[in-house]
Amino acid sequence: MIISKMKEGLLALGGKNIVVAVALMSLAACVQIKAPDKPIKINLNIRINQEIVYKLDGDAKKLIDQNSGIF
Amino acid sequence: MTKIGSQKLMGRKRWIAGALLTAAAVAVAVPSAMAQRDPAYEAARAAGQIGEQPDGYLGFVTAPTPDIRNLVTDINIKRKAAYTNGAPAGSTVEQFAFTTACNLIAKTKPGEKYKAPDGSWQTRGADAPIRDSRCI
Repeated sequence: MIISKMKEGLLALGGKNIVVAVALMSLAACVQIKAPDKPIKINLNIRINQEIVYKLDGDAKKLIDQNSGIF
Repeated sequence: MTKIGSQKLMGRKRWIAGALLTAAAVAVAVPSAMAQRDPAYEAARAAGQIGEQPDGYLGFVTAPTPDIRNLVTDINIKRKAAYTNGAPAGSTVEQFAFTTACNLIAKTKPGEKYKAPDGSWQTRGADAPIRDSRCI
């Protein structure tokens, strides 16, 4: 009911206002969606720890020596 | 087996041995040619136009020419293949690439560029490079 009344009000105000209102609403939604972006990136990085680096270091050195044209 | 038959066989054996030797020589020659850096790649590194990133791939320090862009794209595709084929069981391609990057940044020569963990391009000096804290 409230929403439909708001819509009626917005319609009465004219098309441009509706566009502005929609744009503002979508902006607000964007901020809420973007918030969890950063923790996801950090999680990707955390998948590599020093223990894994120690385990892979020998193989990494061999790879560089055997493919020196691309490294 | 007749004499003629055995002679023919000997001839064929010798031919096969020769072919195998030629194939072996080619197999040895090709990797040694691949092992050296393309002079254009070496020059772009030395000039600081491209640099080593912590993710195991090359990046552009300055806006690249089409030639340098193609060169780097080509090398990065080959690197991706090398990481994918070389990643030991139980590790991901990204983990193996990251560990390789630790070594590649450590191996940069003075004057070459590398990307620090904060994302900034750095010029390698005489001191140890700034690397991710998980590098060994």
